[in-house]
Amino acid sequence: MKTKKITVMALTVALAMILSFVESQIPAFVAIPGVKMGLANIAVVFALYKLGWKEAILISLIRVFLVSLLFGTGASLFYSMAGAVLSLLGMIGLKATRQFSSVAVSVAGGVLHNVGQIGMACLLLETDVLRYYLPFLVLSGILAGVVIGVIAAVMVKRIRLEV
Amino acid sequence: MDKRKRLRMDILLIALLLAATGVLYLAFGRTVETGTSAVVRIEGTVVARYSLLEDGVYPLNGGTNILEIRDGVAWMREADCPDHICMQQGKINKTGQVITCLPNLLTVTIEGGEQLVDGVVG
Repeated sequence: MKTKKITVMALTVALAMILSFVESQIPAFVAIPGVKMGLANIAVVFALYKLGWKEAILISLIRVFLVSLLFGTGASLFYSMAGAVLSLLGMIGLKATRQFSSVAVSVAGGVLHNVGQIGMACLLLETDVLRYYLPFLVLSGILAGVVIGVIAAVMVKRIRLEV
Repeated sequence: MDKRKRLRMDILLIALLLAATGVLYLAFGRTVETGTSAVVRIEGTVVARYSLLEDGVYPLNGGTNILEIRDGVAWMREADCPDHICMQQGKINKTGQVITCLPNLLTVTIEGGEQLVDGVVG
């Protein structure tokens, strides 16, 4: 791996971590566990389009691990990791079809992140009563995904990168 | 692939997801019936079951959370978790509604009259 690529990846991880931190400082505006803007996904979608899918996986998982270590509480690593893995699989799969724009890819990522989190919560809490939140989480994933996708699309278009 | 076709596919995907939201809402999210009891689960095990007809303040999970029931509605009065999302979830009294405290692996669910009789107490 070229030094420049490693540097760019490290910078992208740092950006994702900063975005996670910024988001953690914003109070929850909906009282549903798991509803988030997912600002860090800007960096992941950016990486997916500019660096490649393997790089996006690395960046996302390292981000989740480090952020949970720094700002996480107890089981938050498990929720985030489940969300991140499902979200990455969905985004990589959707992008590979070449039928969708980065906005749709980001929407799929947002929705699947929330589904993964609630799935993990159901496993950890050993109860399916949390399915009550599912429609609200899918809807919030769509809305957040559109916003994040538009921002990421602008970044992908504007930032010139040769790695 | 030209831009217009992609846009159409994007809209199709988002429309499908919105439709899925609607179906999920009808299946799980819609709550109409007023329930009769608040069921407390910790890691899936039912640890307590309180009638919504009786007012009371109940410490849960050794005091990490405090549930209050008054005038037929239940809410999380206090919690030691950092985000306090469980407290912000407000008052619930409809069958199927949930208050969740993820950090303490605790849920409070409203259940109906029939389930009080048939329900399995863990």
